[in-house]
Amino acid sequence: MFFPISGADISPIYLATVGFLIGILGGFFGVGGSFIAGPALRLAGLDWNFAVGTDLAHIVGKSVVAARRHRALGNVDLRLGSIMALGTIGGAEVGAQAIQMLKRAGNVNLVVSIVSIVVYVSIAIFMLWESRKTLRLEKGRAQRGLVKGGKSKKDYSAFGPVTRAIQKVKIWPMVALPTSGIAAISLWTILLVAFVGGLFSGFLGGGAGYIRMPSMVYVLGIPTHLAVGTDLFEIIISASYGTFSHAVKGNVDILIALVMHTGAVIGAQIGVIATQYFAGPKIRLAFVPLPLIGAAIVIYTMISGHKL
Amino acid sequence: MKKETARTVRAFAIELAIYAVLVVAYFFLVLHLLGQWLYELEIHRRYVYAALAILLIIGQAVLLESVITFLIRLIRGRSE
Repeated sequence: MFFPISGADISPIYLATVGFLIGILGGFFGVGGSFIAGPALRLAGLDWNFAVGTDLAHIVGKSVVAARRHRALGNVDLRLGSIMALGTIGGAEVGAQAIQMLKRAGNVNLVVSIVSIVVYVSIAIFMLWESRKTLRLEKGRAQRGLVKGGKSKKDYSAFGPVTRAIQKVKIWPMVALPTSGIAAISLWTILLVAFVGGLFSGFLGGGAGYIRMPSMVYVLGIPTHLAVGTDLFEIIISASYGTFSHAVKGNVDILIALVMHTGAVIGAQIGVIATQYFAGPKIRLAFVPLPLIGAAIVIYTMISGHKL
Repeated sequence: MKKETARTVRAFAIELAIYAVLVVAYFFLVLHLLGQWLYELEIHRRYVYAALAILLIIGQAVLLESVITFLIRLIRGRSE
């Protein structure tokens, strides 16, 4: 199928299948799946600037569906999501401007490829370390009889002491997040986490849930199930802004996004249901291979120059 | 329990098949008709295109979710 806006010739079945897979990831992990979608679009022959912008548009639609389902399950902290949206929008604009600069300089594909590989591999290594350590700690607690049966769905994290130290930072104004069980946290900490997420979103595409979701759990101390739902809610606002910004800059092929989204609708349904059967550390451990797959696709595309 | 799982899987397979037919029709009808118009809009009226892009993807999301919900009620309701 020929897509006139980007000038690409891509099979709609390929796009719908990619959408289906990242729909499952979105529903289950609360991430946009851009670490798969971006490289998959690049593999199909789109330039990175189009892959980034188009993926953002697709993320908007996917997040609307998944966030509504998470809201129904009580997994969304509306106050946190609204505050984070402000920081994310600022970061997304800075990221989109950086893409424009690289596009003008003519090296957008090389730079974004290298940055994405570094980011994806770093996230996978960190989450592997943290979730394994947390599961070991939980096992130890179970053996000492602190957790009945050793199969608690309570959300422990090996990064807990660091999270508590961050929550003790008292820079005015302080915000209470009762839905997330946080008595007081600095507004600036939330905005900083959101800004960094937005920066990655504008630069690498998607909702940047791969960086924001872990940041919400480890830095802000939000329970994983709530982080997943809130992240999706926040992505609707920030990704809409990112889509608009990229579309104005000529980086969005909405037809590709629409086709991908048809697959994502079904995938998201499966992913959301699956979150009810797993505890936080196990969700995070299952997340580990995903950024590595994205990194592998980018490396493959760089080395072989192959396009589907 | 096994019987219930089998029923859920069967209902999901039917739902997927119906959904696939609807999506293929959607590809050919809507996207084919919209393609050239959106292309012209992207070239000449970038801001309108940007706003429309967001509305289209949100509209499609809401529409498809409604279709899915309807299919689930229809198929699973009958299989029970």
